[in-house]
Amino acid sequence: MKVRARDPKQVWQEEFESSPARDDGIETSTISGIPLQPLYTAGDRPRREEEELPGQYPYTRGIHSTGYRGRLWTMRQFSGFATAEETNKRYKYLLANGQTGLSVAFDMPTLMGQDSDAPTSRGEVGHCGVAIDSLADMETLFDGIPLGDITTSMTINSPAAILLCMYIAVAEKQGVPASRLGGTLQNDILKEFIAQKEFIFPPAPSMRLVVDSIEYCAKEVPKWNTISISGYHIREAGSTAVQELAFTLADGMAYVDACLERGMHIDDFASRLSFFFDAHIDFFEEIAKFRAARRIWARWMRERYGAQQERSWKLRFHTQTAGVSLTAQQPELNIARTAIEAMAAVLGGTQSLHTNAMDEVLALPTDKAARIALRTQQLLAYETGAANTIDPLGGSYFVEALTDEMERQAEAYFERIDEIGGVIPAIEVGFFQKEIADAAFRYQKELEQKRRIVVGVNDFLVEDNEPIDILRIDPKLESQQAERVREVRRKRDGAKTSNALNALGKAAAGNDNLMPYILDAVRAYATEGEIMQAMIEVFGTYTETAVV
Amino acid sequence: MAPTATKPVRIIVAKVGLDGHDRGVKVVARALRDAGYEVIYTGLRQTPEMVVDAALQEDAQVIGLSIHSGAHMTLFPAVVDELKRRKATDIVVFGGGIIPDDDIEALKKRGVEVIFTPGTPLHDIVEWLRKRFPEKS
Repeated sequence: MKVRARDPKQVWQEEFESSPARDDGIETSTISGIPLQPLYTAGDRPRREEEELPGQYPYTRGIHSTGYRGRLWTMRQFSGFATAEETNKRYKYLLANGQTGLSVAFDMPTLMGQDSDAPTSRGEVGHCGVAIDSLADMETLFDGIPLGDITTSMTINSPAAILLCMYIAVAEKQGVPASRLGGTLQNDILKEFIAQKEFIFPPAPSMRLVVDSIEYCAKEVPKWNTISISGYHIREAGSTAVQELAFTLADGMAYVDACLERGMHIDDFASRLSFFFDAHIDFFEEIAKFRAARRIWARWMRERYGAQQERSWKLRFHTQTAGVSLTAQQPELNIARTAIEAMAAVLGGTQSLHTNAMDEVLALPTDKAARIALRTQQLLAYETGAANTIDPLGGSYFVEALTDEMERQAEAYFERIDEIGGVIPAIEVGFFQKEIADAAFRYQKELEQKRRIVVGVNDFLVEDNEPIDILRIDPKLESQQAERVREVRRKRDGAKTSNALNALGKAAAGNDNLMPYILDAVRAYATEGEIMQAMIEVFGTYTETAVV
Repeated sequence: MAPTATKPVRIIVAKVGLDGHDRGVKVVARALRDAGYEVIYTGLRQTPEMVVDAALQEDAQVIGLSIHSGAHMTLFPAVVDELKRRKATDIVVFGGGIIPDDDIEALKKRGVEVIFTPGTPLHDIVEWLRKRFPEKS
């Protein structure tokens, strides 16, 4: 009689099902709600015809054939507070401590295109970033920092073109030609309408400014990443990982469409588009998201847009650990959270990384907290061995299956967005906003029902949370900065400034690329608020219909 | 229990200041609506004057303010002061956002009744309202 060996997977299945499960009521789906199996095996992944390899289309395993063996990721801590002078000191401190690139955080008035002495700037100056009103502040911000030798990322959107022009103008004064400048401008207005809500102009002129800057940089600042298409803010606003992935890539395609409409050739600008993702706490889901993002983008660039050059197919991205995952309760735990999230970004193959400081949930980081955050990256790079092997989770049954699932769900979103008529119509009907608000509310409900646990917040509490030191912004700063901008207005050649602003206004009413006009206004020490106003007079402003 | 016997409590929730972080305010607005309150969300970038205008026009008993930019020490008291100027101090003001502990005490002294910081269960906000307006809950 022949004894037939039982299928080992079936044996496992029976054992698993007949054993008691934990009954703590905690969700076993990902933080974004993707149901997970308890075990993944070889049968869970569709067979691909060809093996995927790093540096080769579709780049699921990374855009470089060398991974981090060739070059580590750039450790780029986002930083800026108070005045240009104070922030300049922090930059020099970070560079001296081994940081390899700068990343500028602007204050709310700067992000909203207002001068520090505007009535609606009260209480906001220098609080969540550095206050920049004119070229004079930008000169102070980068004083003693050679712009030809470092790369700089600037997180700004509606007024992005103005800040880029200020950077170019500071470089001119340092004797560095624009062609040598490297860095990234966030310049992603679509996600402002979708999530972060720092919009000023209506969508059409906003898109024109984005395309103007992409077109200008393709010729004049060829090493500059003209846009950082951002999922970070979409995620922080409450989206799921899939929504972050899908909405961000959909935005990317909308920018590509807009540039093609302008008459640009895909291979002339695609390689300067860069991306920016969140690294949340659900470790494997995040890694799968990064891998899926590369594969989807490569396919769309090659198959749908017909890009010929390989560099146009490669999705390069910056990552920031999830601010929204940090807790004010037992804040030291944020060091652990950030380390795990940073590890996900590294295993997902990020090109650059910001690690949050433990106190960022309370205020801007202190020097000590900022140093621990940077040291976390150095620990990952040099202690853990995570950088030794390329895409170390490639081939994991689970991670590959999750990568495929994220891709599938993202494609389903692209179809829905297409049905609505594209990204801008979807913004106008509030599609993204509602999807995100629904996801945020669902997550909050899960926390309240303890189906998800945030340690220190809805479980494992302590009676007294020890206070930690936080950075305070001197309230006198606001009047000092307001005085500084008034002084700039007094000292400049007024006729030159108003001529430049008039020329910009006229150009805005026509079809010229606005970058040269903005650069002239910046050189003439026109303030950010004045330059914005010249454009607002032509473009108008946008108001969102609030949806709850 | 939805407040049905008498006129329900009407709440203005508003984002003051320049930041656009509306995740928290929207979640709170939905939760209060689900708890039976009448909630009016003003949208983004409201000045203190606009918030008080809205509260008076809508005959609201409560104003909930949200901010994440660090300007709370200027803008929250400005709302309270505007209520005083308009002789509407019976309107209760509460707030939420990224607000350090030291500032919470200072804001309470300036007339903001209660501050809810990140991590607060929605239930706590509803409970506070039920206790604050027992006759209508």
